[in-house]
Amino acid sequence: MSDNPDKKVDEFNLVGKARRRVDARAKVTGQARFADDLVLPRMLHCKLLRSRLPHAKIKSVTTDKARAAAGVRLILTGYDTPVPYGILPVSHDEHPLCTDKVRFVGDPIAAVIADSEEEATAALDLIHVDLEPLTTISDAEEALRIPEPRIHDYGDEGNLHKKVAFDFGDVDEALRNSERVFEDVFFYEGNTHLAIEQHATLAAIDDAAGPDGRLTVWSSTQTPHYLHRALAKALELDPARVRVVAIANGGGFGGKSDPFNHEIVVAKAALMLGRPVKICLTREEVFYCHRGRHPVLMKLRTGVSLDGKIKGMELQTLLDGGAYGSYGVASTFYTGALQTVTYKVPRYRFQGCRAFTNKPPCGPKRGHGTPQPRFGLEVQLDKIATALKLDPADLRLQQLVEPRSLTANYMSVETIGLGECIRRVVDGSGFRARRSGGKLPTPGDIAPVRGLGLACSSYLSGAGLPIYWNDLPQSGVQLQLDRSGRVTAFCGATEIGQGSDDVLALCVAEILGIEIADIKVLTGDTDLTPVDLGSYSSRVTLMMGNAAIEAATRARDLVAKAVSDKMGVPVEKLRFAERRVTFIDDPARVMSWQDAVILAEAKHGTLGTTGSYKPPRSAAKYKGGGVGPTPTYSYSAAVVEVEVDPVTGWYDVIKVWIGHDIGRALNPPLTEGQVIGSVYMGLGEALMEESTFRRLPPKLSGALVHKFPSMLEYKSPSTMEMPPVEVFLVEDPDSRGPFGAKEVGQGPLLPMMPAIANAIFDAVGVRVDEVPITAEKIARALDAATKGRPARVGPTKFPAVAWPEALKIAPPWEGGDGTASNDRPKKERMARPGEVPIGDAPIIRPEVRR
Amino acid sequence: MNRHATLSLKVNGDEREVAFAPHKTLLEVLREDLALTGTKHGCELGECGACAVLVDGRPVLSCLMLALECEGADVRTIEGMQEGAQLHPLQAAFADLGAAQCGYCTPAMLLTAKALLDDKPSATRDEIRASLSGVLCRCTGYLQIFDAVERAARILAARDREDHV
Repeated sequence: MSDNPDKKVDEFNLVGKARRRVDARAKVTGQARFADDLVLPRMLHCKLLRSRLPHAKIKSVTTDKARAAAGVRLILTGYDTPVPYGILPVSHDEHPLCTDKVRFVGDPIAAVIADSEEEATAALDLIHVDLEPLTTISDAEEALRIPEPRIHDYGDEGNLHKKVAFDFGDVDEALRNSERVFEDVFFYEGNTHLAIEQHATLAAIDDAAGPDGRLTVWSSTQTPHYLHRALAKALELDPARVRVVAIANGGGFGGKSDPFNHEIVVAKAALMLGRPVKICLTREEVFYCHRGRHPVLMKLRTGVSLDGKIKGMELQTLLDGGAYGSYGVASTFYTGALQTVTYKVPRYRFQGCRAFTNKPPCGPKRGHGTPQPRFGLEVQLDKIATALKLDPADLRLQQLVEPRSLTANYMSVETIGLGECIRRVVDGSGFRARRSGGKLPTPGDIAPVRGLGLACSSYLSGAGLPIYWNDLPQSGVQLQLDRSGRVTAFCGATEIGQGSDDVLALCVAEILGIEIADIKVLTGDTDLTPVDLGSYSSRVTLMMGNAAIEAATRARDLVAKAVSDKMGVPVEKLRFAERRVTFIDDPARVMSWQDAVILAEAKHGTLGTTGSYKPPRSAAKYKGGGVGPTPTYSYSAAVVEVEVDPVTGWYDVIKVWIGHDIGRALNPPLTEGQVIGSVYMGLGEALMEESTFRRLPPKLSGALVHKFPSMLEYKSPSTMEMPPVEVFLVEDPDSRGPFGAKEVGQGPLLPMMPAIANAIFDAVGVRVDEVPITAEKIARALDAATKGRPARVGPTKFPAVAWPEALKIAPPWEGGDGTASNDRPKKERMARPGEVPIGDAPIIRPEVRR
Repeated sequence: MNRHATLSLKVNGDEREVAFAPHKTLLEVLREDLALTGTKHGCELGECGACAVLVDGRPVLSCLMLALECEGADVRTIEGMQEGAQLHPLQAAFADLGAAQCGYCTPAMLLTAKALLDDKPSATRDEIRASLSGVLCRCTGYLQIFDAVERAARILAARDREDHV
């Protein structure tokens, strides 16, 4: 589909050339409009009353005093919005306002809509909520031990939301036949997106459209199409009467990918009042929306030969999901799915379990479910290299997955530039010569020690399957060609800062041979733009890009036909470049783009084309195999240099060298910006970021609360912590990507955490098998070493989980065909791979005193 | 009926009078009463730096400053940074070097950088780093922002030299 991916960069009009992005000017002048910047006449304001208890039954909600308060126009409770919803069809377990129960501190119970934010806020205090506390489930291990009371009345059992198990070949045999088996337990703490923009939503009714009006919702959302569906479902509206506009997002990172309760609440209020209603969350509330990185406990057993080649791998993951399903079923599969796509793993076992707990729900954050097991794998490989006295780079280079091959779990690898990424960062950093060797400090030594660590990773260029099963395109682009020569590109894709609008303009302009300024992009509006599934799973450049190329190619064909008829030359002899259509054999015969468009409109009538994209079918046909496939994987390798104080464990990151297999860099400064931004966010996770919880003192209810729902105490890197980063873009164009491009927004985050852990070991000989990797943990490991204990900090045990019977899938090289030998027959299946609907949660219409 | 306070101040070079509820912060008055929504907010607690504007040439967190404290002040917001239709060299450099991704912290970064360069036209990277340390950005990893400030400093210096020829 893509247009000659093997072209050299100088053969393109615009691709690969550094260029100001299409929305740059609006963003540097303050003209870019975000949701909270919108103001409509007669607009009201909404505030939510949130639970102060982590787990309780709602006995009653008394609102009459609040209702009578100054400026108050409406109070909503769970009674008003009883229909459940959720991002995944298998877990419609959320209500816009809680009905029968609250499940975490921050769960919304009631909404006040008033003339001003101040009046709405004041009225919250006048609502009386009678709650009957229930036992709090505070983490995943507690969820394993405490099946009752259940946080939800669905899920695999007790407080376990989802359990999955797969055997790709006889892993026990592979481990028995390995010369060495390495076993490690790792823990990766949860963390959050911390987009600087607080979530905001404005809903309004267009009465002119008829007696029932039409609902428009402008929101800071990464997924307008899914929000559109959720609004229609939760509010029982005809979707044709709902319009969602994904306005520019002030950062997303996965945190604005779920349909949110506040979005549905303001829509409901606007429908009831016939007036615009806006909500902007406080920063504290953003911490309660969460959907961030799952805390994951992992046990990884890897069998290797003495030369370090992997013979079999077994991975168990335990995810702390928080209070709701969110993307959690997908997250669970993702903690296992991509372990096989970097190094050859002949046999693989994966068991994953997600627990419900009474904390803000976890979901997708940049890397979605894959940074945690990647941390385990890359740190364990470093330990293997140390134990077997192998170079960590060579250990990896000798067993890279082959291009255009299937993995043990039937992930289809296309191009793989990982080897080149490793070579570039190893050479660039002087990795082989400059390592310190992982020696413990000599007692009394106080001089800081440098160390270097290497780690690699891979990520999707878009999830192979949509969130809900359908056979439709996953991205659509529509073009309108105007007599002025302007081309408008319509697409449901959502600009969250990553530059998707720029990719859209670029793909169209490149094919038509016109300038970026000739293109107007209109994106993320469910009334006006064809569906694109949204800005998640690094899918937009590849999927929207291919759809745009198809639409533009069709437009070029229409114009070419008209020009060819007029000039009397063959279509294939026309060149589209520099806003002209030129006869290749006689460049004097040339027509301006605008004249060519006018000619084409005269010939064909009004000009418009469409293009769409759907990923190729996956080879993974087993149940659960729907999570992990992608048109093509990106690859990254990083070397990090640290300087560690051997007494306090304090460390600085001195420099990062990162190689990223991008396929093709469409606009290099933007591509590098995504790499550096990923490095930054990975550094934050490695160094300091953690979502942790504490109990209030008993006299204050003893409730389990977020330890620091504020930007001051939830530490994230400032300019002062950011080291220099040397970026190596590895360009091996992939025929599945637009002009050969693969993803870049998420993959380069993944190697950072393990590279830092490995660098710390190289510097001072201690292992921190946990994220974040704090100075305090390093100091503890150093201290343990001086007392003769293992120089390590991290979990030691993985709890017993009653795993379900594993699906048995023979790897491709053992005669497998991608199906499981013990899968249930297809006709008994309730859905496609990766989707097992449990049915919607019941509609509960609670008794609420109004 | 004394529910509104009034204030005279200079905003982006224009003398403005504004009436507003007296508890409002400068951030709220700029965004809600003067419709200058280019100034952003990320916490309203003085933690993220996204609301920085220039008051008498110095960067301040507008969410922590009462509007009433600004009587007679000279306030500059992102809307006042352009020179007519021309981007300020900082704006142009941010746009060209990928220093604005989502654009949400960008107004605060630009104004803070402007205050730095007004004060120290040849600021070093360490000075740039330190001066911007109060504004959090989650997209860029800051490095392209540093590059952009350095480029703008060079352009401003060259322009300054021309002016003195």
